[in-house]
Amino acid sequence: MNMTANPGDIMPAWPEGGVSRVPYRLFSDAQVYALEQQRLFRGPVWNYLCLELEVAEPGDFRTAFIGETPVVVARDEAGELRGMVNRCAHKGALVCLAERGNRKHFSCIYHSWTYHLDGRLRGVAFRGGLKGKGGMPEDFDPARHRMQPIRVETFCGLVFGTFEPDMPPVEEWVGPTMAHFLKRNLGSRPLKVLGTHSQIIHNNWKLYAENVRDSYHATLLHTFYTTFKVNRLDMDGGILLSEGTPWHHISYAKRATLEEAAEYKEAKVHSASYDSKLNGPELLKTEDEFDDGITHSVQSIFPTLAVHFTLNSLCVRNFVPRGLEETELVWTYLGYADDSEEMTAMRVLQANLTGAAGLVSLEDGCINEFVQRGTRGSGDAAAVLEMGGRGLESSESSRATEVSIRGFWSGYRGLMGYA
Amino acid sequence: MIDADTRLRIEDFLLDCAWAIDEDELEAWPGFFAEDGRYRITTRDNEERGLPVGIMLCEGRGMMEDRVLALRTANIFEPHRYRHILGRPRLREAEGGLVRSDSSFIVMRTMQDGRMDLFAAGNYRDLLRVEDGRVLFQERAAVLESRRVDVLIVIPI
Repeated sequence: MNMTANPGDIMPAWPEGGVSRVPYRLFSDAQVYALEQQRLFRGPVWNYLCLELEVAEPGDFRTAFIGETPVVVARDEAGELRGMVNRCAHKGALVCLAERGNRKHFSCIYHSWTYHLDGRLRGVAFRGGLKGKGGMPEDFDPARHRMQPIRVETFCGLVFGTFEPDMPPVEEWVGPTMAHFLKRNLGSRPLKVLGTHSQIIHNNWKLYAENVRDSYHATLLHTFYTTFKVNRLDMDGGILLSEGTPWHHISYAKRATLEEAAEYKEAKVHSASYDSKLNGPELLKTEDEFDDGITHSVQSIFPTLAVHFTLNSLCVRNFVPRGLEETELVWTYLGYADDSEEMTAMRVLQANLTGAAGLVSLEDGCINEFVQRGTRGSGDAAAVLEMGGRGLESSESSRATEVSIRGFWSGYRGLMGYA
Repeated sequence: MIDADTRLRIEDFLLDCAWAIDEDELEAWPGFFAEDGRYRITTRDNEERGLPVGIMLCEGRGMMEDRVLALRTANIFEPHRYRHILGRPRLREAEGGLVRSDSSFIVMRTMQDGRMDLFAAGNYRDLLRVEDGRVLFQERAAVLESRRVDVLIVIPI
């Protein structure tokens, strides 16, 4: 395919209606998918790669993906964080096969080319040949061959990477509102990992990017809360979009004001204060950790990161494209390093609400696939996203809106080259 | 030393539990556990790293009943059924008069339209209470070999 083509050359023009219309073909067109790898993932965005605590010590490495491109993050001997494409400069084999580990240097298993932790070529096996015969040409210069570097940066314990040399720092790129909330959830205390697993969902990655921003569906599809009368629909809540870059969002909810009564604040802990039909009500035992009243939030950072904080359950979600119609959704549950045993126990139990078997979230494992299957053969038809209007303004009083999905598409259109 | 009678009783119990799940008799499933029994699904990776958050955790029969009720009344998913294949258990005496049982399982999943996949493989790491000829799970951990779950888990494994 012609990688320099304008999207309009390989697809019909975006339909009338701007970001309130999304052509279904975007979820199943192989040319669009290939162009995304170049313009979006390897373009001017910061991609979430891993947690900083996973690469804490010199020699620690972690493999990750930018779109489909395999990358590796490593901490070098000097303590600097390095990023590079996980590809040998010789024949292109993966250099790091393990997901994580600690190495003094990297070694490609194919022909034993070795690399420093920053990706510089360290040695070429049999470079001088054997018994004076064979080997590399005299003028072979190891300094001219290395694992392709990428820029990496940390913010609030998260490691991001980009192929774009001129990106502003992560904090500036996400904007003050997003940065403030990342600091609230991830940047205030040292983190620890409580567990991880992943889910293969059979849909294009953008359907999950929409889904995680879709505050409209939450109480309609995920009926666990309402069936068990454990959620109050009169909660204050809203949607915040990033200043100038509305493709990042925060959706938040606060418990109804009546729960902020004096005795509750004094006690701090409350057990089963919900109108609960649960036989195991300890599941929803919770403790307030912040003074802003927010008890549930989902934050997305374009393109493939989301962070949720549901009651006391904190989790980083990374949805990695594994092909046009397959996405791996990786859930990494977190706590703070200085959590009490009681707090850890609460976080562990509340992890039941989300993940591949999440009482609240499990439907998302299949709903995006239903869209993928439902839109096959849809020609030029398009989704209609008019809930909460057609614009891109933050919605601080209602979550009955699709504004954050429209925000995602505004970023997508810009990066892909649509007007 | 676990006598042959006890072993047979345990093997039947493990089969009965898998059977209840496969035959969609899920309301009977919590009854295989002690009142304060614990059920969890996790991955080999989490277990080896000593990480407490897996994929599902029920502390006490009440939470198991909530899971079954949620599946019946609240959760939305494409209808599917399991078929468990169990290996013979390795049995050892454990502390507190309990029996530690390890047994391999594979779970085939069949969707409503006939699609059939190998859905899960792993080890049941069980602590069994054997009293008066009756067997109950004090603890059951379904430890999945893979960290990847296809689509979702709503039916217990």
